[in-house]
Amino acid sequence: MSTVDVLVRGRSPRRPRLSAGRIAEGVAIAVVVLFVLLAVFGPLLAPHDPTATNLAYSFVGPVAGHPLGFDEQGRDLLSALLAGARPSLIGPTGVVLISVLLGVTLSVLCAWRGGRTDAGISAGLDILFAFPAILLAVLAAAVLGPSLTAAVLALAIAYTPYVARVLRGAALRERAEEYIAAVEVQGQSAWLICTRHLIPNLAPLIAAQATLLFAYAFVDLAAISFLGLGVQPPDSDWGTMVAAGKSGVLQGYPAETLGAGVCIVVLVVAVNFLGERIAARRWRR
Amino acid sequence: MLRFVLGRLAILLGALFASSIIIFLAVQIAPGDPVTTLSGGRSLPPAALENLRDQYHLNEGLLAQYWHWMTGLIHGDLGHSIVLNQSVASAIAERLPVTLELVLFAGFLIAVGGIGLGLLAGLRRGILDDAIVLGTAVAAAIPGFLAAVVLISVFSVGLGWLPALGAGSGVVGRFEHLVLPAAALALSGVAVVARITRVSVREESEKEHVETALARGMSNQKVIRRHVLRNAAIPITIVTGITITSLVALAAVVETAFSLQGLGAALVQAASDKDIALVQGIALVLVAAFLIGNTVVDLLYGFLDPRVSLGARAE
Repeated sequence: MSTVDVLVRGRSPRRPRLSAGRIAEGVAIAVVVLFVLLAVFGPLLAPHDPTATNLAYSFVGPVAGHPLGFDEQGRDLLSALLAGARPSLIGPTGVVLISVLLGVTLSVLCAWRGGRTDAGISAGLDILFAFPAILLAVLAAAVLGPSLTAAVLALAIAYTPYVARVLRGAALRERAEEYIAAVEVQGQSAWLICTRHLIPNLAPLIAAQATLLFAYAFVDLAAISFLGLGVQPPDSDWGTMVAAGKSGVLQGYPAETLGAGVCIVVLVVAVNFLGERIAARRWRR
Repeated sequence: MLRFVLGRLAILLGALFASSIIIFLAVQIAPGDPVTTLSGGRSLPPAALENLRDQYHLNEGLLAQYWHWMTGLIHGDLGHSIVLNQSVASAIAERLPVTLELVLFAGFLIAVGGIGLGLLAGLRRGILDDAIVLGTAVAAAIPGFLAAVVLISVFSVGLGWLPALGAGSGVVGRFEHLVLPAAALALSGVAVVARITRVSVREESEKEHVETALARGMSNQKVIRRHVLRNAAIPITIVTGITITSLVALAAVVETAFSLQGLGAALVQAASDKDIALVQGIALVLVAAFLIGNTVVDLLYGFLDPRVSLGARAE
């Protein structure tokens, strides 16, 4: 390491870094738990009806009982943000569930069958790589009509190749391990070997992939809602709130956009950080 | 090397063909009669519906339909936009320059800003390094649409320095109207590239050949230029290339946020209008651009790192 100190000037970081990382990890977990609780209980916690409008309060700032003030239509902002948690988080959860399920199935199939099955599936996945996720979602909205379901399906399909490609490599390496050959010789069925041994051993990698995927899907779904092609009125998630707040921004009242934006950025930073930690922990082993 | 290049071009052609099939099939996947999908569910007079059927050869088999669509495509005929009452090709030609300028501008910002910040942080430890690491961690998490609205709030509404919406006229006007959109589009990309640049430089400077060069008495400057940057250039170039290529899809969001009349915004509008012909045409152009960008990155990888093109030959 001493060479680095010569080449890259400046003091090297002090050693007890682990504790700082641990603290940050705790904060990130707390943030994620908080957001999950909001998604479950948010609508119940909302102090006011998030859809009740009152134009007399249009863009009125914080007052007693309304700590964040009101939006353009005179809705209570805090209530709208809390109510937006569920639609904001349910979409990416769906994307993660579908693409992890598909990705695990396809990658294990590739690793187990090899040969033509592997070549065929890999070629199909390579083609899907050509479609940027947002583009596929817009295409789906045009054909199926704009809805959260269409967006989730499109993103799940677009992200499956990413999950499958990473897992396929790991599954192939695991497949070549001797213990797999050993249980195979014992006459255990392929299904049992895959579900009892292969997939559980891939679990840490799957967890890291799922976490990072959640962050991507969350941002993309917010962007699609921002474009008006995701969550449809009367529901609104944080993406639609950023869009709805744009007219307020132009008139000098950015509260709605900023509130929803802060929710998005805080969750993404926390989830990304956790995903990287999970991936790094696996590396170290 | 020639074989490597030809191989990549063959993959590109295959991918273009495959994606054209997916985009073509989109109409068939939609629930209901394809005519209804193509008319966007509008109630048209029977003569107009008959016209649509003829235009898309819907009375013939699927393969024949694709053949007609594909031959039209090769002749530059992408169909007719029902909503704009204009040919899809001319609608795309009108909007392409805006998207192209936006993506190139943002790409320039990512290449210069991202690599610059990454080198600054990578070559010297200290407060600046820490600040860049922290700043890029947050910036990478700010999606383009949010960056767009916040930039409008600060620089247009708050400070009044730059215009918020529209395309502007004249060279200066167009440039002024592109600064904020390009910045919004580039922000997370700058952060991603800066982080990769920093990590690559650090990793490379810890390698043994660098240690050896320093032990031989080579000056720091020379070691950084000849040993560190040369090797770090490979991952940096690849990630910068991939990041810039991905702007093609993200431009749609930023264009919509800034009311720019680009391809992406037109795609989003066409999707809400159910103007399927226009959606298909723009999707084709954007996917093609994305694929070509990816191929260029692949080729660059081969040129920068001979092991890649040699490995392709060994296969």
